[in-house]
Amino acid sequence: MANGNGQAAQDLALKVFIPLAVLGVIVAAWWAVVKLTGTPPYILPDPGAVAAALIKDWPILWPAFVVTTKITFMALGLALVGGTVLAILLVQSRWFELAFYPIAVILQVTPIVAIAPLILIYTPTTQMALLICAFLVAFFPILSNMVQGLKSVDHNHLNLFELYGASWMQTLWHLKIPAAQPYFMTGLKIGGGLSLIAAVVAEFAAGSAGAGSGLAFRLMESQFRLNIPRLFAALLMLSALGVAIFALTSFVAWLVLHRWHESSIEREN
Amino acid sequence: MNTAVDTHIQPTRPLLAMRSVSKLFSNGTQALTDVSLTVRPGEFVSLLGPSGCGKSTALRIIAGLGGASSGSIDWPSTRINPNGKPESDISFVFQEPTLLPWRNVFDNVYLPLQLKGQSRTSASRLVEDALKTVGLTEFRKAFPRELSGGMKMRVSIARAMVTRPKLLLMDEPFAALDEITRQKLNDDVLTLWAETGVSVVFVTHSVFESAYLSTRIVVMKARPGRIHEDFEVNQGAVRDEEFRTSESYRMTCERVSHSLSQAMYGEGGH
Ligand SMILES: Nc1ncnc2c1ncn2[C@@H]1O[C@H](COP(=O)(O)OP(=O)(O)OP(=O)(O)O)[C@@H](O)[C@H]1O
Ligand SMILES: [Mg+2]
Repeated sequence: MANGNGQAAQDLALKVFIPLAVLGVIVAAWWAVVKLTGTPPYILPDPGAVAAALIKDWPILWPAFVVTTKITFMALGLALVGGTVLAILLVQSRWFELAFYPIAVILQVTPIVAIAPLILIYTPTTQMALLICAFLVAFFPILSNMVQGLKSVDHNHLNLFELYGASWMQTLWHLKIPAAQPYFMTGLKIGGGLSLIAAVVAEFAAGSAGAGSGLAFRLMESQFRLNIPRLFAALLMLSALGVAIFALTSFVAWLVLHRWHESSIEREN
Repeated sequence: MNTAVDTHIQPTRPLLAMRSVSKLFSNGTQALTDVSLTVRPGEFVSLLGPSGCGKSTALRIIAGLGGASSGSIDWPSTRINPNGKPESDISFVFQEPTLLPWRNVFDNVYLPLQLKGQSRTSASRLVEDALKTVGLTEFRKAFPRELSGGMKMRVSIARAMVTRPKLLLMDEPFAALDEITRQKLNDDVLTLWAETGVSVVFVTHSVFESAYLSTRIVVMKARPGRIHEDFEVNQGAVRDEEFRTSESYRMTCERVSHSLSQAMYGEGGH
């Protein structure tokens, strides 16, 4: 047992240490390349300059970070609720499926950047437009995964519920939704990543300025003004947000599934 | 047979009466033709027959999962719910344990009571009792993936018994288990049967299993599925290790084998 724990601790240390070491090497190499070649900061700033920009421009970057974070999470939240509810309706009613699934597919296959200008025209604020774009992109993977999950319920389990006279509500709540959890989690992970990408891409497409602009706008603005250190700082914050979303969704998936689902269980033979 | 004699032998009303039940699947398979079968309270009936003769189909029809194409099923001594099924009185043990992997043992056994609207606290006594009868009290918090095949099957039996059913339907419940576990579970089922007075309809491929467990054996024939022979065995015998080596057990095995080979290869098959 003690041996097993030691093993686990060592495992964890390796999992943390190796990526950190690789990251450190990359940053060092970056720094060395800039110093040795004498590249000017408006082409490639060194890590120190980026860190300085991050601190100096924090009052500009932080509000933008908050805006992008809000849009991403609101879009993801709406997509989770919308995707799940629509999936349940699609699975419960054949009529509903025939009517709405094609529309969902059309929305999905149309490149979002192409719709963004159009959405901008019809929405009162840019942020609202970004939200809608991010929602549309995150929505479909959640919907399709959830539909798949709700339909993949074991027939023997359905027989069992029928035998015990379960109502459709009970079957949904105690059988179909739990059985669909692994699929939902897949949708959540994909949707989380996509909603950030969509929030950024849509802001590129919208290209508007103003107090409420997000990180993507700051990125473009920095490029325009040749303030490359700030551009890198903004990029760094975007990656951090992406990593945080990935970590959060993975953690939620682990939390829900680790007691029972194969995907979250270490194989022990 | 004389009706007067019949009444004499069966003082109680049957629990279940299938009358001329046929089942035609939409793909044209005639799975059952003209099957009539009565089950009396407390009987242990084994259904035996070649693969594809409609045993599972018959069991599902009794359970109300997928109706019959023709014929009727009566429940002379049971109250029927408005939707036409005597639900609370039937339980089913499938060939697979069919446990919900996201629920622990306790919650799996609690499921039927939960679906009937019982709260967890008020059901807890019944669930604990059921777990105790199958010897899994200590595993109430375990998840299905942490159990062996035999233990999962026990949970499945506990789940079936927790509603105190009048009729227990079992479809080759132990086919996937090793001989030792199977014998142990056979004895467990017999104990439950003796203690609760439940009627059992038990589908099996094993001549020995049917001879050991049953008070009545129904041998079926395939293409189309129908009853070949229906006979009572070992009435009132005590089923224990000694019984396995007794003359009446041996004779029952012989009789069942004989009937089965007749059902499979016709009259000249012995
Ligand atoms: N859903 C279905 N649709 C069409 N045909 C079916 C269906 N279920 C079963 N059958 C057919 O009905 C017949 C009886 O099947 P059933 O499963 O009842 O046999 P069984 O006696 O239980 O066989 P086994 O011992 O192999 O389990 C078979 O010929 C089978 O192919
Ligand atoms: Mg079968």
